[in-house]
Amino acid sequence: MPEAWMFGLLGGLMIGCASALMLLGLGRIAGISGLGARAVGLADAGAPQSLAIFFIVGLPLGAFLMARALGGVSLHFPPNIATLIIAGLVVGFGTRLGSGCTSGHGVCGMSRFSRRSISATLVFMASGFATVALMRLLGIS
Amino acid sequence: MKQLTFALLAGALFGAGLALSGMSDPAKVRGFLDIFGTWNPTLMFVMGGALIPMGLAWRIQAKLRAPLAAPRFSLPDTTGLDARLIGGAALFGVGWGIAGLCPGPAIADLALAPREAAIFVLAMLAGMLVFKIITSRSTPMEGAKTPGVMGK
Repeated sequence: MPEAWMFGLLGGLMIGCASALMLLGLGRIAGISGLGARAVGLADAGAPQSLAIFFIVGLPLGAFLMARALGGVSLHFPPNIATLIIAGLVVGFGTRLGSGCTSGHGVCGMSRFSRRSISATLVFMASGFATVALMRLLGIS
Repeated sequence: MKQLTFALLAGALFGAGLALSGMSDPAKVRGFLDIFGTWNPTLMFVMGGALIPMGLAWRIQAKLRAPLAAPRFSLPDTTGLDARLIGGAALFGVGWGIAGLCPGPAIADLALAPREAAIFVLAMLAGMLVFKIITSRSTPMEGAKTPGVMGK
């Protein structure tokens, strides 16, 4: 039985190859917050909108096909709708303000040794650790 | 047409990777961020795995004059740290910690858990809209022009 870390490593390699395809094929960063904003017309600069839409549509398509191939994947969301809404608002605003998220800064920028991306990744990881720790302390889950 | 095919393929490969890695599950991501709980290190392997092909890709990119399917490279050339970058990353981390979702898995999950993912994605787009409204009212890129608030 393969361990979770093997799936993690393999999935990570696929994510890296997808980002490499974007970089070497289209000359662009596979930054999902930026492409997502661009796809729905919420960003003034970036990839052509059609290109952003095709990349974004590919995400659920690929996830669907992989889930089918695996015979289903189990997902556990926060039960509370308000939690999802608050988190979504903060993620949307924060990723635009900080010009990127886990994909753009974490994968593409860090591998480029961009000082901005390395800094952003360290900050959002630290902030994520702190948020979960604080929620644990306050008894919110 | 060729460009759109590349974009769709890249997106689909990315989404498939998210589903295979387990990062489409918000609980696993929160498990990684939960250092005082049952820490789940899987995300480190995902990030490590993703950095390998991308590290190679940047080396190849440095030798190319143009990408395979586009006339030129369009890459960020901003350098230096500023308050916008750090503040935005800090906020993003808060939202990431609250729900265990960042933009990629959230959008990919639209196919796997449509109801929950759609609520998050709509809220995320609303947050992006708020950002757009605020920044279009003030001088565009005002924050970026302020010389390194956080120092170089």
